[in-house]
Amino acid sequence: MSLTREDIRGIANLARLSLTPEEEIRYAEELSVVLSYIDTLNEVDTEGVEPTTQVGGLIDIVREDVAKHSDDETRKKIVALFPHSEKNMLSVPRVFEDQ
Amino acid sequence: MPTELGKLSIKQAHTGLLQKEFSSRELTEACLTKIEERNKEINAFITITHEYARESAAHADKMIASGSAGVLTGIPFGVKDAICTLDVRSTASSTILDNYVPPYDATVIQRIKDAGAVLVGKQNCDAFGHGASNENSMYGPVKNPHDTTKVSGGSSGGSAAAVVDGQCIFSIGEDTGGSIRQPASLCGVAGLRPTYGRNSRYGIMPMASSLDVVGPIAKTVEDIAYLMEVMAGRDPKDATTVSDPVPKYSELLDRPVKGMRIGVPKEYMELTGMDAEVRMIVESKIKALEHAGCEIVEVSLPHTKYAIPVYYILVPSEDSSNLGRIDGIRYGVQTTADSLYETYAQSRANGFPEEVKRRIMIGTYALSSGYYDAYYIKAQKVRSRIIEDFDVVFANVDALITPTSPFPAFGIGEKKGDVLAMYLADIFVSPASVAGVPALSVNGGMTKNGLPVGIQIIGRRLDEARVLQLGHAVETLHF
Repeated sequence: MSLTREDIRGIANLARLSLTPEEEIRYAEELSVVLSYIDTLNEVDTEGVEPTTQVGGLIDIVREDVAKHSDDETRKKIVALFPHSEKNMLSVPRVFEDQ
Repeated sequence: MPTELGKLSIKQAHTGLLQKEFSSRELTEACLTKIEERNKEINAFITITHEYARESAAHADKMIASGSAGVLTGIPFGVKDAICTLDVRSTASSTILDNYVPPYDATVIQRIKDAGAVLVGKQNCDAFGHGASNENSMYGPVKNPHDTTKVSGGSSGGSAAAVVDGQCIFSIGEDTGGSIRQPASLCGVAGLRPTYGRNSRYGIMPMASSLDVVGPIAKTVEDIAYLMEVMAGRDPKDATTVSDPVPKYSELLDRPVKGMRIGVPKEYMELTGMDAEVRMIVESKIKALEHAGCEIVEVSLPHTKYAIPVYYILVPSEDSSNLGRIDGIRYGVQTTADSLYETYAQSRANGFPEEVKRRIMIGTYALSSGYYDAYYIKAQKVRSRIIEDFDVVFANVDALITPTSPFPAFGIGEKKGDVLAMYLADIFVSPASVAGVPALSVNGGMTKNGLPVGIQIIGRRLDEARVLQLGHAVETLHF
C-alpha cells in the first residue's frame, strides 16, 4: 500500500489537521510503511470469523434516563475553561461562511 | 528526615505511619523534596501539587491519630497526566490541554483519595498515551532513573520512573497496548493491566475505548494487591465495568504455587531479536517456579505476531474518533483563525505532537469510506482469532509467563526515527491487551549494566488473584 501526498491531504482534511508540506511528505512515506505492515493481517484466514467489537462481555447496560444537574461551582469551572465566552455561554467562530 | 522515605512500599510506609516512626506530613515532604531534587533530570512530573498534598497529609495524620486509617491513608501518590484530577491541571502531555483543569476526578482517583492517599502531582507520559518510550511528550522525555541516557518506557513513563526513584510511593497509570507494563519493566517496578472492565475508565482521557484500562504501578506485587482492592468494582459512570465481586487480593498472595500449571508461549521465547540477558532472566524465573512445584508447559499462541498489526489498526481508528473532541472549541488551547475549519485544523496541528497526528491520520484513513472493511473489520476478526488462542491455552494452563519487553531500556533517541521498531517494543504486551485479559509485569532481575528486566504474568479473564499470587512468587522466589 502506497499513499500519495494528495491522499495525505485528503485524510488530513477529514481529520481536521493542518499539515506543513514537510509533514505531508513524511506522513505519505510513514503511513505507507505502516499500512504495508498492517497488510500482513491478510495472511490470516478469517472466513466465517465474527469481528470482536468488545471484550467486556456485557450487553444492554442501561440506566434511568434522568438528567443530572451540575452544581453552580462545577458550572463556573466549566465556563472558565471555555477559550471564548460571552455572558457565561460558549462563544464559537462563525459556523456558516458568507458566500 | 531522610528523603529516601519515598522508596518505601505501601506496606512499609503504612506500618511506619501506624507506629509513629514518621507522620504523613513528613512522608509527603520527603516525596516533594525528592521530586524537587530530581525533576530537572528525570522529568517524571508535569505538575506538582505541593499545597494540596500538604493539606491532604494533615488530614491523613488526623485520621491516623484517631485510629481510622486504612492501608492507603497518608500515602503519597502520583497520577499519569492523561487521567483527570479535580482542580489539578491534566494535560495528557500535550500542549492543546496545557491549560485544562478538570472539574471532576476520575472514579479510580476519587476512590484512592477517599481511602486517604495523598496526591503529590501529575506525571509525564507519551501524549495521550501514544508511545512506548515517553519520547512523545510535549513536556520532554522521561529519563530512566537507573541510567539517565535510557528511556523510561511508555506511555506511563513518568509514573514508573517516579515510583522506582522514590518520588512517590505508588502511581496510577493507564494501559491500552502495554503502557503500564512496558515502563514498569524498563524501570524495575510492578505494574498491572487489569481485566478490561474490572476498573472504571470514567475520567481517563480515552485512547482506544475497546482496549483502555486503568491500573496501578508500585514497588511490590503486594502493593498492587492493596491498590486493586480499592480501585476495582462496578462504576455506574462506566457502563463497561463488571459487577463481579472484588476479592481481597492481598490475602490471597501467600497461597502456595505448588501444582499450578504455567504455560510458556513458544512464539514469545522463539522471537528473534530478543536480548540474551532478558531470555536468561526469564528462564531462571521459570526454573524457580518449577522448583517451587509449578508444572511448566510449552504452549502455542499462533496468532501472536498479528497482535501488533491488529493493535495498530484498532487503536488509531478508535483514537482518531475519540480525539475528535479535542478541537480547542470548548476547552484547551485554541489557535484562532479566520474560519471555523481553520480554527479546528490549526488548534489541532499546534497542540498535538507528531505521533498523535500520525495515529489520527492512520485511523482516519482506516475508517474512511471504502477502507473500513479492509482494515477495521479485518482487524476485529483477527482480534477474535487472538482471543481464541488465549481461550485454548487457558483451558489447559492456569497462567502464562513471558518476558514483558524483548529488551531492557534503550537509549533516548535510539528508535525515534523508526516507527515500526518502536511499535515492536510492545510485541509481548499487545496480545493480552487485544484479548482483554489481565497481565502483570514484575521485576525479574537486572542486566550486567544494571537495567531491570520485567517478567510478564498473563491470566484468565478476571483472575487477577492468581496473576498477583504468581507475580508475588516470582518476586520473592530465588533459584
